[in-house]
Amino acid sequence: MKHQIRAGDVEHGGSASARIKGELTRAGVDEATARRAGIVAFEAEMNLIVYSDRGGTLSVRVEPEAVIVEAADTGPGIEDIALAMTPGYSTAPEWATDLGFGAGMGLVNMKKNSDGFEIASRLGEGTTITCRIERPKGETPGREEGHETR
Amino acid sequence: MKLNDLATAIGGKVLAGEDRPDVEIDYAFAADLLSDVLSLAEEEDRTTLVTGMINPQVMRVAEILGIAAVIVVRGKLPPASMVEYAEELGIPLLTTCKTMFETCGVMYADGVRPSRTKPVHETRDCP
Repeated sequence: MKHQIRAGDVEHGGSASARIKGELTRAGVDEATARRAGIVAFEAEMNLIVYSDRGGTLSVRVEPEAVIVEAADTGPGIEDIALAMTPGYSTAPEWATDLGFGAGMGLVNMKKNSDGFEIASRLGEGTTITCRIERPKGETPGREEGHETR
Repeated sequence: MKLNDLATAIGGKVLAGEDRPDVEIDYAFAADLLSDVLSLAEEEDRTTLVTGMINPQVMRVAEILGIAAVIVVRGKLPPASMVEYAEELGIPLLTTCKTMFETCGVMYADGVRPSRTKPVHETRDCP
């Protein structure tokens, strides 16, 4: 599942992530995992909209043991990743904070809801973030909940 | 408490979900920044969101988190698109002229409790 996200497109912000959550549920991913992946995707989507120069892609892959969410853009890149990962730190422009974005929790939320979190960024080249959200063990593919005892 | 009783208590108007007056409102969380909602709300409880935001992202966040109902405070009137989306999702949407503080106070007095949240010190060094 690959979604193109346009820079500055606040109006549709979050709609790809809402679709992603539905797609995951229909693909048999349990509710808790789909919810975490939805949160990760939402934060990534809003980052692409608010911060990227030319938008980017939001990709989701369902593997037997995990859901992988990947966000990639082509700039501007993050100057200081450690600083960007500091809770509450934000460089959001005023138009974004006016709309309720820019709490400085985006990357923190993505990391917290992931079992694996990788971020690579180069100034002038872009940023790629890969999040791995593990599915509960023993989950039956095609079932919504992983609670079956068998 | 039931959705209908809540609407009466906060002097609110039900914009979406009128057909579901019996939805139980047991837990709530109030915030005006979406990432704060996304960072703190735990999944165990069906949480009601109290907010001053009326942009389309609010309902998308509500959808992703499995929010039980959304209450818009300070007399803000959600656009028709937000109301329609709430109807589509089956998530009740209310509006009240009360402030966020007063809305939460009334809800608390009527037995609604804070949604279980992740401790803030998980994300920040608190004294």
